[in-house]
Amino acid sequence: MSESISGAATAAPRTASGGGQRVALDPRYLIAGLITLVLVVAQFRYHVVGGYDRLAVALAACMLTEAALSWIDRGRVVNLQSAYISGISLTLLLKPQGGALWPFVLAGYLAIASKYVVRHRDNHLWNPTNFAIVLLLLAAPTRVSVLSHQWGNDLATNLVIWCFGLVIAARVRVLHITLTYVAGFLALNALRATLLGQPIAPELAPLTGPMYQLFVFFMITDPRTIVRGRGPQVAVTILIAVVESLLRLASDRGWPLPTAFNAAPALVALWLVGPVAKFVDLRRGVSAPRTPAAPPSPGVPGAPLSSARDSAPAARVGR
Amino acid sequence: MSRRTPLRRAVIALPFVAAITLAFRLDQGPLRAPADPARPGFSLREEAEAVGLRFRHRRPHFDAAIANVEPHVAAVGASVAVTDFDGDGWPDLYFTNSDFGAPNALFRNRGDGTFEETAAAVGLADLNTPTDGVSMGSVWGDYDGDGREDVLVYRYGYLALFRNLDGRRFEDVTEAAGLRRWVNSNGAIWLDYDRDGRLDLYVTAYFRDGVNLWKLTSTRIMHDSFEFAKNGGPNRLFRNLGDGRFEEVTDRLGVGSTRWTLAAAAADFNEDGWIDIYLANDYGPEELYLNERGERFRLSTAGLESESKSGMSVSLGDAFNRGRLDVFVTNISARGYLFQNNNLRVNRVPDDGRFRNVADGAVADAGWAWGAQFGDLNRDGVNELFVTNGFISADRSESYWYAMSKVAGANARLFEDARSWPAFGNASLSGFERSRVYLSRGVAGWTDVASQVGVTDEYDGRAVALADLSNRGVLDVIVANQNQPALLYRNHPDSANHWISFKLVGTRGNTSAIGAEVVIEAGDHRQRRVVDGGMGFASQNDRRLHFGLGDREWVDRAVIHWPSGERQVLSHLTADRLHTITEPRR
Repeated sequence: MSESISGAATAAPRTASGGGQRVALDPRYLIAGLITLVLVVAQFRYHVVGGYDRLAVALAACMLTEAALSWIDRGRVVNLQSAYISGISLTLLLKPQGGALWPFVLAGYLAIASKYVVRHRDNHLWNPTNFAIVLLLLAAPTRVSVLSHQWGNDLATNLVIWCFGLVIAARVRVLHITLTYVAGFLALNALRATLLGQPIAPELAPLTGPMYQLFVFFMITDPRTIVRGRGPQVAVTILIAVVESLLRLASDRGWPLPTAFNAAPALVALWLVGPVAKFVDLRRGVSAPRTPAAPPSPGVPGAPLSSARDSAPAARVGR
Repeated sequence: MSRRTPLRRAVIALPFVAAITLAFRLDQGPLRAPADPARPGFSLREEAEAVGLRFRHRRPHFDAAIANVEPHVAAVGASVAVTDFDGDGWPDLYFTNSDFGAPNALFRNRGDGTFEETAAAVGLADLNTPTDGVSMGSVWGDYDGDGREDVLVYRYGYLALFRNLDGRRFEDVTEAAGLRRWVNSNGAIWLDYDRDGRLDLYVTAYFRDGVNLWKLTSTRIMHDSFEFAKNGGPNRLFRNLGDGRFEEVTDRLGVGSTRWTLAAAAADFNEDGWIDIYLANDYGPEELYLNERGERFRLSTAGLESESKSGMSVSLGDAFNRGRLDVFVTNISARGYLFQNNNLRVNRVPDDGRFRNVADGAVADAGWAWGAQFGDLNRDGVNELFVTNGFISADRSESYWYAMSKVAGANARLFEDARSWPAFGNASLSGFERSRVYLSRGVAGWTDVASQVGVTDEYDGRAVALADLSNRGVLDVIVANQNQPALLYRNHPDSANHWISFKLVGTRGNTSAIGAEVVIEAGDHRQRRVVDGGMGFASQNDRRLHFGLGDREWVDRAVIHWPSGERQVLSHLTADRLHTITEPRR
């Protein structure tokens, strides 16, 4: 989730006029505000956090890791906003056994550290939040689960999240990825249900859950880890949807898969496909330069729209 | 740009690899094993068959329209209640059955360690019929003040009240009592909320009252949220008028929660002298109704509303020897899918009006947990906690959790309709789980010693009750399993720890003193217990209160808070015996 926001963060600061003055609006702050708003509303309406200590620990782990590793890696502390967003994402998505706080420490550290460790041509390959959550689900399924319930299971909340998500995705120019995934999910799972002779509605139902909403609007559209070009982006997105459907098919058949594959097939599909696609993409050539003067490129959402300030090392490292 | 050197890379990469390794390691459990892990001080031996306790629960079968989710909907009904129905001083056991034609069972304690089944003889066997519904549980109490315990059987169907005539026969007085109501109930409790000396009745509801699970007019019968559902049946409070009739006062008293209540318990949580009601709600937060001088109840904001889970059971016990009743509520935990975690709520209501959840580590995760009870099984003066668990054990190789994860994230409109749920088939759902026996280790938390003490069954446990079945000063454990045999775990404490028990006799109608609380003090040791009129899930414990004393040979002081409001203080009580205390007459 945080990563799409980092993409938005690289969008050009918008200006607004008022009283004769033009004030620059940095989208990063808008997006950080939105994720904070989601957290606050989810907490106050649905008590989704499960303890403010979790929030504090996740934020601290992400931000301290970002500060330390950027200092070691680059000699200075980068902007911590993306770490802040990762911390909130992990707070929302991770559900530990008992009152354990260590999953938030480990997940926060692994998410941020993955950007500095698992790299190719100065780009990280995994969406950090996705990397950490799936890794913990695979490594410690006895201690960690992922957000699975609805936030109230009501239509109003769904609509709010969809509206926010669509606005953000459109603004960051990744709406085609979101819509491709949604269409792919609906088509493939309807097909799977038909093939298996199961009711279709339950197979489509997960898309209305909060985990999927965060996934489709933010995680899968992470500008730092998506491939370049609208066509390849659509192709990779379809591939992710296909892999997810295959995982679900395997679960339908009762294959002895790790629990993570059954509990969070979308996250696992992205975890499997995303880095491979990104690696191949990077092998195709050096990433387009991210300079403030570069014109917007529909194929590389976010990056070409970077402001001078956003082209700081933090943006290059990714979030 | 990166200033990477091999050293810098190593500094960054090595902790990363170590963190991943650590995650795998932490999945196995805490890095440091607790010191002295294996001294429970008691053992439990399963003896049901050997002592004549032969009972196998049968689950209900419902309208074919919901056949796809029947294993889920029909996964309740196994219950156990302790009573001394014949007044011979030996605790008897009543189990409910839940299929048409399947008889309930009343096991009379012969006093020689064995039981005989007497339900048919006394008129409490054939309660599961197409006309009236099927039993979900029972609560026993002397509602008419004649000194003999009567019984209310709650069902998915009509309530049924039976008057104990002479300790050998029961008479169905439901109609005359004004209680013939169709309630899809999983729980009920006796309590004297208005302190008039008569036992009133609180009945919890699960499915809406208009739902007849055998003749459905609609399949839109399920909850409308997994977290905040309020479309269950309304709970009901019936006031005992004292002439054999009950009057419904639900709305007047403000206790008609329509959450999907699975269990209730009553005690004076805020210590104001009036008995309050605590609810465990499925698909929603717990609720505490504080009694305002018997005139009405106020839904408290005691910190419970901030955690919405799947409350299955309410158990009351003094978890930390503070002289207060804390609350243990079971919930669902399933590896990799869901960690709702059990709640162990420390009662601070008299101080700041709130509970504080301190469940952590092992005690937080008992699988898909159901009934639970506090009891001092090793008599060391500190409560243990017995927790039953396991939802549906069918095909071991097939799990419904994957399907459940799809439904749980769906919009309410979908899963409110039972037909929309993926078919269960022969899948298990958190099946084959092993009951937990938690030993309190003070500040070090709670340790599961089930396998060490001999609890190894993998049945789908629902109700658990504790009773001193052989009048030895030792608490035994009785478990009712869903669609499976009942179990009796005979307790064998290792040591000669001392104990004390109280049999309280009320003098104002409520002769079994339901609702009375006793606080004992022995040196620096304190402990509080309550005579329950139903507690846990679909269960009721021995009315006699049992306290372990460790090496203490007497009790300095025992304070009895009678449900009438009377407070009685006893001093210098001898250990290792049952004390029968009669309520002072006004």
